[in-house]
Amino acid sequence: MRSVRRLLREPLGVFGLALVLLVIFGAIFADLLTSWDPTRINPRDRFLGPSTDHLLGTDQLGRDLFARVLHGGRIALYVALVSTAISLAIGIVLGLIAGYGPRWLDNLLILLFDAMKSFPTVMLALALVTITGPSLTAVIVVVILVNVPGYARIVRTQTIAIKTSEFVTAAQSMGASTTRILRVHIMPNVIGPLVILASMDIPVVIAIEAGMSFLGLGVRPPTPSWGSILNDGFGQIRETPWIAIAGGLPIIITTLGFTFLGETLRDVFDPRLKGR
Amino acid sequence: MSTLSISGLNVYFSTEDGPLHALKDVGFDVPERRIVGIVGESGCGKSTLINAILGLLADNGDIRSGEIVFEGMRDLTKLSARGMQDLRGLRISTVFQDPMGALNPVLSVGRQMTNIQYRSGQSHSEKVARAIEMLKLVRIPDAENALARYPHQFSGGMKQRIAIAMALMMEPALLIADEPTTALDATLEVTTIELLKDLQEKIGCSVLFISHHLGVIAELCDDVVVMYAGEVVERGTVRDVFQRPSHPYTRRLLECDPARQTQRTRVLPTIPGEIPDLRARPAGCVFAARCLDRHDGCDQHQPERSVSGGHAVRCNLVGSRQTQGEQA
Repeated sequence: MRSVRRLLREPLGVFGLALVLLVIFGAIFADLLTSWDPTRINPRDRFLGPSTDHLLGTDQLGRDLFARVLHGGRIALYVALVSTAISLAIGIVLGLIAGYGPRWLDNLLILLFDAMKSFPTVMLALALVTITGPSLTAVIVVVILVNVPGYARIVRTQTIAIKTSEFVTAAQSMGASTTRILRVHIMPNVIGPLVILASMDIPVVIAIEAGMSFLGLGVRPPTPSWGSILNDGFGQIRETPWIAIAGGLPIIITTLGFTFLGETLRDVFDPRLKGR
Repeated sequence: MSTLSISGLNVYFSTEDGPLHALKDVGFDVPERRIVGIVGESGCGKSTLINAILGLLADNGDIRSGEIVFEGMRDLTKLSARGMQDLRGLRISTVFQDPMGALNPVLSVGRQMTNIQYRSGQSHSEKVARAIEMLKLVRIPDAENALARYPHQFSGGMKQRIAIAMALMMEPALLIADEPTTALDATLEVTTIELLKDLQEKIGCSVLFISHHLGVIAELCDDVVVMYAGEVVERGTVRDVFQRPSHPYTRRLLECDPARQTQRTRVLPTIPGEIPDLRARPAGCVFAARCLDRHDGCDQHQPERSVSGGHAVRCNLVGSRQTQGEQA
């Protein structure tokens, strides 16, 4: 609770939290906030500018952009949460194995992590989509492949540092099994910094999703995604700039919100900065 | 029946330069309800011995021969990893040297004290009650509220007492204390020793107490085992060994104890020389190279000789030089 109070004392943290809550609120209550169907095509209302009827205007197919943005937020948050959760789970397991397991396995896993890290994200996305075709699952898999090596490395380093500490030896000499030591003693020491890192990675994940959808590698039309809205508006940016703005603004708001929140969280939870 | 009975224990470590004979023909008993002290300088194999008993030798360590019989029936050297794991913490528990590191810094003391009872099959409130009871037993003030606190909020002496409480929580038959007072200051050392003795009597367990502090051994222990370079050179009751030290090494060790100095000197006495290279053990007495009483007989294998009932020594001078030893 002290941490929450500290967070609320930081203006940047409050601002970030407000932006994040705004996006989450918009995604959850999308159906209540607008009566427009985000996928219904309305050829007579093409390229309408922002008005009280269409808050952010309409796109080249006459779809309401406000509804598309709100529903696109669902996709963005869904990808961010699901892929981050899976990345964390895989990263923790692989990191613990590498850090606590035999040396050869450690070397093998590190080699694997380095190999995965060496692919540029776009290349990885292109290669995968060539095989599977564009889909939301492909986006999630790419994000996992990009995130897991980093998380696993952090967990591995922490595990190696902690496994030689005396309380682990003590636990061993008191009959604790390997799984028990990993679960009870090493996990709690590892999880804190990792969660903060993951919260700072969320804007990156959202950008990857938007980027892949922009390139047509992610969400398939007519499902709305911020990246695909941006792509729709990209061609007509001189004549009807509101389409590109409708796609770009939520990306900016969300990434800024999560970045501010993540950075403040890091400062609040960093024990070295405590009591300052 | 002895709680722990070690005989003919030989432990080797494989190193890049060949096998290292860390423990040679180690044998002694830890009788029921007695406190046995192990004394010796750094590198004499005290920690290797503990790890061998606990079945936690490093991967390159190997028990070549010997028996470690626990409670008269189970040979710990032949027990499976699983069987050993079930004994550790329930029947054999350990207290370590460094109280700062023995507790997990990110978990509250209460969490750790209830966690450690995971094999008891009791409800959470019973475990909490047991934890509070143990904290009171080791005289932690305000035990109820202490459970919510984290290790860094306690002093070193309190942390060591909490570690002792955790070790004795399951009422083990044998407590192994690995230099538990070395990291504490002199005042705390005395109270910790008294506490340990008190608890040992209450619980009725045996204690294997490792220390290089002779005063502590004399104060606390019933029996003492003197180790040098991985061998037991002398063992017996504290009274026998401290009053009639029969091995030259024991005598020199006692002479070097600052507490026994009668004259003020600028330099504390030491034993010249170093422990022999354990990769190439001498065939005869291990202490011969540093011994003042060395003679030709020292190059032969030294069997354990009995001085009196329960007092044994690995030195061929026993008998002939014994009277001189008493005078010294």
